Amino acid sequence: MGEFKVHRVRFFDYMPAAIRAMAFNRRTERLALARADGALEIFNFADNYFQEKVIPGQDGRAVEALCWVGRRLFSAGLNGEITEYDLENLRPRYTVEAYGGPIWTISAVAYSLSGCVPCQVGCEDGTVKMFEVLEDRIQFQRNLDRQKGRIISLCWHPSASLIAAGMMDMIRIFDVETGKGVGASKSKEVVVWSIAFLSDHTIISGDSAGKVQIWDGLTGTLARTHLVTKWDVLALSDESSLVAGTSEGTVVQFQFLSSTLDGQNKDWVRTRTFKNHSHDVRALVHTETAVVSGGMDTQLVVRPLLDKVEKNTQESAMRKMAFPHRSLVCCAKKAGLLLFQFPDHLELWRLGESDGHGNPGDSLPVKRKPEKLIQLKRKGEDHICCSALSPCGGWLAYSTVTSFRLYRLQNNTISITKVSKLPKDLRSAHQLCFSTDSSRLFASSINSSVVVVALNQPECKYLHTLKPKSGEQQPTTASVSLSVRLQLHCTVPVYGSCPTAIAIHPTSSNLVVVHADQQIFEYSLVQKEYTEWSRRLQKQGLHSLWLERDTPITHVTFNPKHPAHIILHDMFMFCVIDQSLPLPEAKTRLFNQMILRSLPEPMRILHRHAFKMCKTFQNLMCVRLLEDHSLVVVERPLLDIMSQLPAPVRQKRFAT
Amino acid sequence: MAALYEGYTLCGLAPAQNQSNSGVLGVEAERDSDHVVVTDSTRSVTLYKVSDQKPLSSWTVKQGQTLTCSAVYNPQTKEYVAVSDGKVSADVWRVHCVAGGEPVVLFKRGAVRLLDALLSAPQQPIEEVLAQEESIRWSTNIVTESQQFAIFTTEQKGDHFLYLQRLNPNTLQRYRLEREEPGLSPLSFSASYRDKHIRLLYLYPNGHVYQSVVSERGLVTDEGGQAFPLPRSLLLSLPVGEGLLEAASAQALDEAHIAVVGVPHPSAGSGKDFLCIWNTNFQTLQAGKEIAGKIYGQLWSFWNKLFIPHGKTLSVIPYECPKSSLASALGKMRQVKTEGELEQICSTATTFDTAPVEEVQREVDLLLSRTDIQDLQPSLGQLASTLVSRTLQDPAFYTPSSLAQLVHTRCLCHSVCPDLVLLALERKDYFLCQLCLQFFPDIPEAITCACLKAFISLEPDGVSFMETLIARERGPDGLLNGFSPTSAAEYRSDGLGGGGTRAQQDEEMTSPPPEQICPVGLHKAVLLNEVLQTAYSDSFLLPHLKDLSSQQVVLFLQYLQFLYLKYSQDAFPQTHGLRSPSLSQILDWVCVLLDAHFTVLVMTPEAKGLLVNLHSFVKSQVRLVSELGKIEGSLQELNKMTAKKDVGQYSIEIIELF
Repeated sequence: MGEFKVHRVRFFDYMPAAIRAMAFNRRTERLALARADGALEIFNFADNYFQEKVIPGQDGRAVEALCWVGRRLFSAGLNGEITEYDLENLRPRYTVEAYGGPIWTISAVAYSLSGCVPCQVGCEDGTVKMFEVLEDRIQFQRNLDRQKGRIISLCWHPSASLIAAGMMDMIRIFDVETGKGVGASKSKEVVVWSIAFLSDHTIISGDSAGKVQIWDGLTGTLARTHLVTKWDVLALSDESSLVAGTSEGTVVQFQFLSSTLDGQNKDWVRTRTFKNHSHDVRALVHTETAVVSGGMDTQLVVRPLLDKVEKNTQESAMRKMAFPHRSLVCCAKKAGLLLFQFPDHLELWRLGESDGHGNPGDSLPVKRKPEKLIQLKRKGEDHICCSALSPCGGWLAYSTVTSFRLYRLQNNTISITKVSKLPKDLRSAHQLCFSTDSSRLFASSINSSVVVVALNQPECKYLHTLKPKSGEQQPTTASVSLSVRLQLHCTVPVYGSCPTAIAIHPTSSNLVVVHADQQIFEYSLVQKEYTEWSRRLQKQGLHSLWLERDTPITHVTFNPKHPAHIILHDMFMFCVIDQSLPLPEAKTRLFNQMILRSLPEPMRILHRHAFKMCKTFQNLMCVRLLEDHSLVVVERPLLDIMSQLPAPVRQKRFAT
Repeated sequence: MAALYEGYTLCGLAPAQNQSNSGVLGVEAERDSDHVVVTDSTRSVTLYKVSDQKPLSSWTVKQGQTLTCSAVYNPQTKEYVAVSDGKVSADVWRVHCVAGGEPVVLFKRGAVRLLDALLSAPQQPIEEVLAQEESIRWSTNIVTESQQFAIFTTEQKGDHFLYLQRLNPNTLQRYRLEREEPGLSPLSFSASYRDKHIRLLYLYPNGHVYQSVVSERGLVTDEGGQAFPLPRSLLLSLPVGEGLLEAASAQALDEAHIAVVGVPHPSAGSGKDFLCIWNTNFQTLQAGKEIAGKIYGQLWSFWNKLFIPHGKTLSVIPYECPKSSLASALGKMRQVKTEGELEQICSTATTFDTAPVEEVQREVDLLLSRTDIQDLQPSLGQLASTLVSRTLQDPAFYTPSSLAQLVHTRCLCHSVCPDLVLLALERKDYFLCQLCLQFFPDIPEAITCACLKAFISLEPDGVSFMETLIARERGPDGLLNGFSPTSAAEYRSDGLGGGGTRAQQDEEMTSPPPEQICPVGLHKAVLLNEVLQTAYSDSFLLPHLKDLSSQQVVLFLQYLQFLYLKYSQDAFPQTHGLRSPSLSQILDWVCVLLDAHFTVLVMTPEAKGLLVNLHSFVKSQVRLVSELGKIEGSLQELNKMTAKKDVGQYSIEIIELF
């Protein structure tokens, strides 16, 4: 197979933002997640927890709460605004000022008989505001009784007639029809961070004194107190079981269980404690089978409840999602440049050089160190959503939801010039891609269209817009392929799982698609059918260990020297698939590199199979093959991310 | 593994018309292992010489009379006893006679008489022991060291009882058997006597084989005739195939093996025409043989031969049940013996039984010269135990070199010949003891302790013993254990403070502190080292260690301290491939010895200095170890630092994919 020279890069200081809020849509099995920088992410729990959509953040937008109404997603934040998102074009659709100061919480009834769905926000000034969700907007309806002190948390009673509000030192129940407060329970000097209202009028609150309290909502009396932590209980999520997140990073589960065998006398009992976070747990979701948690340590954790799922299956494995399911690194193959995308700037680096040769396992002396050529700050308040660098290293483009910029680079002199005249169709993009010869730029734009422009010195010229037929899904995540004809060539058969990476082979014109369920397809664009290899792979099935990996393949590329080689990577490995070798069978050892290394050369042939997987490099953000046949591997060790997090608010120490 | 050998026909049978009955009333032992008396159900009794398959003589009762129970041979009077037409003074169930006991008559209503007593007063009244509707199903007769027993089982309305009748003085105990599934009655019984207990083995039609154990001494008899419940344990649950067993019988062969006839072979379908030997300890099938023709559920076993009536023949099937070990039960031992080899082994065994020492030695040499010696492992064990048992019986007979050679094959272990180590101790064959300690993996703690005790109290002036020991150590294998021969002179002395040689040397150099002088002589040290290296478990060793006298303890502790000091002085004393205990073995022994004798040692004035020395030394060692711990901690940090390969922000590396 051969040796590779690997540029092992660890200077991409990627830093994800803390998770602030989450909302789970049970019907569509989508999880909406808001980060501290205002970015929104949608995860498809039905499709291997794939991160389907990312709506970039915006300066000043602080999402405090999220709420699904049907397929529509709303957020509210401390800027006092309610925002609805356009999940097709991945941008805010509109924003409504609530005129009540910072909004702490937003809540919608799960269902409504009247057709118009009421939606509520709890505000700093002590008002609970009711909004009506109309087809294309939301409209202020009325205020409930104004209270002293801010409204921190809200929860509808399942009957949609009552609503419980957690406040400073107090829980208040409102009658939705009259707007009057019908009951209140008081505690001393606590912030009721989170509240749950059950159908039997039980109210469960989590507060800043570290207590989870169970109240009788009819009488306003305290039924039970669980002291969970010395610090704040920050998030609650309810069902017949309920989870509470704490500022120590633990998640505590409570279940409504009977202490006796006959099933009588049920009580809320503390059952399990999970410790999957190093920092505050700010957002929690309790799905049917799992506890989903996120917080200051930026990782999204899905922890299946083992009484709800089949044990020792893929379903029962805990998942930690630390990296985005798309690439933030762009590589100029010919020029040896790397472009790192941050929310508010771009960094352009030139790789180092070494001379001489070494044996496998050696580190070569670095003759020239890598060099940061350019740091480009974005303009405006919208965060960067995509960026690209042309293979020759001469063009750089990035886009936010509102603006698109293209720059001309002169590498030798390190100068950057903005291309001022851009076609008017090129206003924003979700994905950007340069052609192999750097003569074309493809930008996926609004309404699932792809804009093609020609790059000529010194300007760029609009060529074409590829529009999907009506009803087609928009290609939000897949990176656009390397060469696209200017008319619709063919349509690839639809597969049930979302593609996570696609690429077209430069010589054979085969399209390789990898999906969120880890399936790999190869489609011949010439014959307009799946290739023989793809059929063989499907017939035999992928190796179980391949299918059990829990991070998606985020990039596919090819080796020009060896046309039969496909190079792809996920977060924990990169893999060279040699299509000329036999596929691994179910009993074959998939990760066999160590064994092959130990075998003498003639024996290796017997044990070789197509999937050559390398796990030497971990926490991969990017693996690319340069034109000089060397590999670029961008690692971002999770420990480095951890070390840059602020100190935890509260950390449990031994014997304290 | 137990084995069933090729069987042969003893005689033909004339089964009853309906074939439900084999026509054999009973097979009884006669004068020796080669003679049996067979009583058929009509009128004749025949004496057979088994190995010749030939009748020697036969008797027949008069026309019109019938034999109602099997004829027995009384070795004391060399007479045969048979009952015709079931009558003496009441209906007779059976007459029993076994070697060492008097003939016993069991009447159908449960009364028991010695034959002599009955014949001297034929008209005596015979009492009724059994209740109405209670009848005898099976009976036997057992003679123990002190008592003779008539044992029989009865059935009354589906309940089964065991009667234990002691003779002289006469006492009777009655036990109620636990009920099996409703409607099931035991198919067969077999009784044996071992370790002061009578063991009753019985088989039910559902394949369950139970054992009940009754003490020879027995309970206080309850005159009220109350039946005690008889506790039982399930020995085996035999596969029964389709339906229940009908004509089947189980016989205990020894403590671990039973022979069962009339049951299916677990790997040969549901046909019930098999004879199988099962190991009850490991629940494993040891041997099986298909039996042609109808099986009547009758089975006798005398002298390693099974007698089975089947079809129209009475067959003799020789068997062998060697002492079972887990390895053989699990089939780990290869069974590659051919008939010829077996014959050789058997002939060797006979040689061992009778031949003089020289011939035994020759046989052993011959046997051990074979290349396939490992394959003969079970047989070697058998041979060794034959040799040991002969030596035990015959004080003039001892074959030290043969035994040593057998032990040296490493095919033996303690459980195969449990008397060997004690025999060697008794004969003061310390070389053999040493070999056993070295090669037997399974010496019980009690034996280890016995060795230890013997070794410690060895007289130091046993010069001749030492010479023989040395001669043997330099024997064919050049085995030399313990410390190196160069140091032999140095440690020649025994007892405290060193002997003559030592003193002479001491004149020239300054005397080392007493704890650095070996407190025992070289040979004693060699033997003690062997003890130190045996495997043991603290809790089993401790009670036996308590048997040591305080002087023995002090000496042993001195020796252990000496070893410990020696270890702490030179880092690696176990050089030159010699067998010496490891430091942790020494320390374990110190601990267990102190545990066992701490109070004694504290009270013993001679031990005080020793304990004080030991304490101060241990204290210094503890301090040393804590310092070492610190160093280790620091070095480990260093190690951690180097192990964590610092990749840095950027590197260019070469990897290779295969």
